[in-house]
Formats: sequence, structure tokens, C-alpha cells
Amino acid sequence: MHEATVFISQEPEELTVVLEGDWVQSAVKRLDASLQNLTCKHCHFDFSKIQDFDTHGIVLILHHLRRLENQQCTLRFTQGNAHFSKLFSMCETHFQEPPPSGKKDFFVFEYLEKSGKTVIDGGKTLSSFFSFTGELAHHISAALINPVTIRLRATLYHIQHSGAGALPIILLTSFLIGVVIAYQGATQLEKFGANIFIVEMVTISAVRELAPLLTAIVVAGRSASAYTAQIGVMKITDEVDAMRSMGFSPWDFLVLPRLFGLIISLPLLVFFADVVSVFGGMVIASTKLDISFVEFIDRIQETVPLKHLVIGFIKAPIFGAIIATIGCFRGFQIDSSTESVGKYTTISVVNTIFWVIAVDAIISVLLTEMGL
Amino acid sequence: MNKTPIIEARDIITAFGQNVIHDGVCFNIYPQEIFGLLGGSGSGKTTLLREMILLQKISGGQMRVLGRDVSTIGRDEKQTLRHEWGVLFQFGALFTSLTILENVMIPMQEYTNLPVHLIEESARMKLSLVGLPPKVTSMYPSELSGGMKKRAGLARALALDPKLLFLDEPTSGLDPRSARAFDELILNLRETLNVTVVMVTHDKDTIMNVLDRFVILGNKKVLFDGTIEMLKKTTDETLKKFLN
Repeated sequence: MHEATVFISQEPEELTVVLEGDWVQSAVKRLDASLQNLTCKHCHFDFSKIQDFDTHGIVLILHHLRRLENQQCTLRFTQGNAHFSKLFSMCETHFQEPPPSGKKDFFVFEYLEKSGKTVIDGGKTLSSFFSFTGELAHHISAALINPVTIRLRATLYHIQHSGAGALPIILLTSFLIGVVIAYQGATQLEKFGANIFIVEMVTISAVRELAPLLTAIVVAGRSASAYTAQIGVMKITDEVDAMRSMGFSPWDFLVLPRLFGLIISLPLLVFFADVVSVFGGMVIASTKLDISFVEFIDRIQETVPLKHLVIGFIKAPIFGAIIATIGCFRGFQIDSSTESVGKYTTISVVNTIFWVIAVDAIISVLLTEMGL
Repeated sequence: MNKTPIIEARDIITAFGQNVIHDGVCFNIYPQEIFGLLGGSGSGKTTLLREMILLQKISGGQMRVLGRDVSTIGRDEKQTLRHEWGVLFQFGALFTSLTILENVMIPMQEYTNLPVHLIEESARMKLSLVGLPPKVTSMYPSELSGGMKKRAGLARALALDPKLLFLDEPTSGLDPRSARAFDELILNLRETLNVTVVMVTHDKDTIMNVLDRFVILGNKKVLFDGTIEMLKKTTDETLKKFLN
């Protein structure tokens, strides 16, 4: 290693700058500082003593030559060895100063611009969602008119993976929810001596609201994210385009199987969730309030109308449709960057959970107002 | 060639489960050589390249890169080794969340103490060197064509002035004129920066004009190891196919 140095000597007509040693990346920072204050009218650069060099060293030299040229300085060179000259001229041809960076706007304008953009983007997303649901409705009706086109195998695959695959976690969470409602209810009801009402409390809240909602939230977390990521990656790897070009409709192959899969599997999952959450309540009722399983079941038959169960089941396919639609829609929004996979997968889960809860609230208020 | 090899492969065995890809592959790559890995599809060229850059473990044999055995190398040594080379992947493998300019700047930002303005100038120069117009520098990889991504990938591989350059099918997907310009660039870099280049290629012009020496892989072994002149003299029928 020869340490790189700059020798500057003032001669009558011109300033002579002799570059010596190894002009390589590790020395650049130091050399940049020593060339920083160089200014003159006529300048002579001597490259003949440079021993080793790389592109970073040459970029440094070019940077300062360009700077001097901009200061109307006339330059003269003594060339270095052949290798240096070759790389130098190659770099010189391709060297370019960075374009002047745009002036920063006043932060208020920047903020306004950003919020305006957000609103416009939101509007665009909304309109493309409408066009997505419109096209989806068209394909659903086409599939229902001609059921042969439904991809049965793919639908069954999604029932297995999104439905049956979610069963263990749904059973566990539903059981715990049943336990929690019964437990909290039991302590309150005990104060009034109204122990037996634990049956209505657990059963109605579980089968009408909590079991469907909880199932939908778990499925949204599992499947909406999976659908978005799967479809998005298929878009990135051009699989979706390949399907289109071969005449396979992505609607029939990707969207409808997932949609039908969830519409079918969610009510089934809700059934299990109902049973297990009521069972959780029964366990607590028998241990805390001495209400036996038989008493509990008898009481359900006597006092809990079937409508609550039916309402819970009616909501399930609606939730399924919401999850599949948003999951697929967000998947198709993913463009070719890997970052957007993460972004849209997150959005997809957040959206589905929000809409499941919102729709549940709407249905709950509507039906109660209707006296059901 | 009496120099010590920069890469030394001895009886390399690679197997994915039951599927054996290489069974006793041997070759040497010497400093400042432009070395080609040739062979039909599925002959394990890219796998061999991945083994040299520590992305794939070898199942048997010995691979020495820059004097270090890749199977027994420690974590710190691996990291030093990774600073010594630049890699161009087959499809560019640019970071999609960064602009083209940022893609080229990031190795310099992470591994050098260069002043910021010089990093940017260096990156712009390298992008121009590989033939990209200035207007693409602020674009994202998704806005570029395949060939342009590849050039940007090369600019990123060159960011740290590596002594060793690995290129996976550098000219595939480029138009013939850019492909020749690419060859020219590789030759120039070798001459001026003394880089050693290892490339997987199918491009006949590149094989004829650029490669100093190459191996042809097939039947899990090295079928041929030598120069294009040696290949022209061969009488082996399978090897002759590579000339047409």
C-alpha cells in the first residue's frame, strides 16, 4: 500500500497538483477533504504518480475537476499509465453531475398535497372496489346459471384449508369465550340469585353474536391475508397474466373458489363454535353455579328461541363473502413490488375485520329494531 | 498458468434429496480470468454459481474461494468474503422498494465511508457505464424492462469495485447490440480493474469473444475444460453441439 497524497505547488503561471499513491475507496474520504478548498485560474493535474486506483478514486478526481471547470478554471493534465487513462476516460464519459434537487415545499403545502393525494387515492380504491364487486356479481350469476363452470376441486381445496384448517383454533377460542361469558355472568347473577339465567345469557350471546363474530375474525386473520398474499404473488410472478392469456379466467380459477369456499365453510365453522362455546358455558355453570348439563340443556330448549341460532347462521355466509371479496380484491391491487405484498396483506386483514364487525353491528341493530 | 487459483472446486457433490446434480465436479479459476460455466438446462450451472457465493451448501467435496474453504468458513470470514465480490442475478434481483439509484448506492452507503455526494456520483456513473439513461435513476424496478433491470443489477454488482464478479446469464434478455456492449464492458473492467469474472452464459458471441476459458457441465460432471480453440478441435459429438 502506498498512501495516497496530494501535492500542491504554486508555480508562476499555474497551480500544479500532483496526485500520488493509491487512489482507492478507503482513502477517498481523506482526499476529498484535502481537495475541497482547491481553487485557481490555471491548473495542472499530474496523474503519472498514481499507483493504484479504483472507480471511487476516479469519481473523486472527476468531481473536483468538474467543480473547477464550473469555476472557469483552465485545466491541463499529465496522463497516468495506460490502465489508469483507460479507466479514467471510461469513467469520464459516463460521469454526470446529479441533477439539482428540487426545492422543498413549505411543510403546510406538503401536508395539503399529501392529504389531497390520500383522498384521491381513497376515491380511486373505492371506485375500483365497486368495479371489482360488480364484475364479481356478474361472474357469480354466470356461475350459478351454469354451475358446471364452478371449479369444484378448487372450492373443496379452499373449504379444506380455510375451513377445516381453522377448526382447532376456532374450537379453542370459542370454548374460552363461552367460559369467559359464563364466568363473568355467574358472579353477577349469583348476587341476584338468578343463577339459572346463565343459560340464556351464554346461549343467546354466543350463538347469536359472539360465535359468528369470533369465527369470522379468526378466518379473516387466517384466510384474508393468505388470499391477498397468494393472489398478489401470482400477479408478481405473472401467473395471473399467464392464466388470462391461456383463456383461464382468474375469476373462475382464483376468486370464485375462494368465495364459495368461505361462504360454505363459515356456517359450518360457526356451528362448531356455537356448540363449543355453549359447552364452555355449561362447564362453568356446573362448577360455579351447580347447574347440571341436563338442566342446562333442558333450559335451552324451554327458553331460547331458535331464531337466535338462525340469525347467527345467516350472518356466517355474509361474513364469509366479505372476507373472500376483500381478500381477493386487495390481492389484485398488489403491483410488482415486494413491499406492496406486505402493505396490502395488512390492509386486507384490517379491512376484513373492520367490515365484519361493522356489518355485524348493522345487522344486529336492524334485526333488533325489527323485533327479531 | 502457474498462479494460484482464485476459485478451486474439488470433487464437488451436490444433491437435493435423491436428486444428484453434481458428482465430482472439478475446475480452477485463475485471477483476472473471464471464466464461463456452460451446459444444458438443468446441468447445475446456476447451482454451482450459488455454491461459490455461499448461497447453497455443497454436499461433498471442497470449494475454495479466494483461498478460503466455503464449508468450514466462519461467520465473520463469510462477511469479508461477501465484500470482495459482486453478483448479478439472472433477473437482476433489485430491491423493489428502492429506486434504481438507491439500489446502486446502498452497498456504498453500508460498507464505505465515502462522502454522500461522491456516492451519488459514483452510482450515477456506474448506471451510465452499464448503459442506462439518466432518467431511469429515479424510477423503481417495477417500472423497468427486464433488460434494464439486469443492467441496473450489474451496476449494483459493480458498486464496490469488486475483485470478483459473478454473473448469471448476463446477456440473456438483452438486445444483440446491448449484449455486445455488455461484453465490451466486461473486457474493459477486466483490463482496467483486474476483475475476475465468473459467468453462466448461453450467448454464443460471449463464449467466442469474451470467455478466456470455460467448463461445460453435463452428466453431473465436467465434460470439457478449456478454451474455445480447444473446443473447436474436439471430436466429441456432444461437445460439438456447443459450437453450433
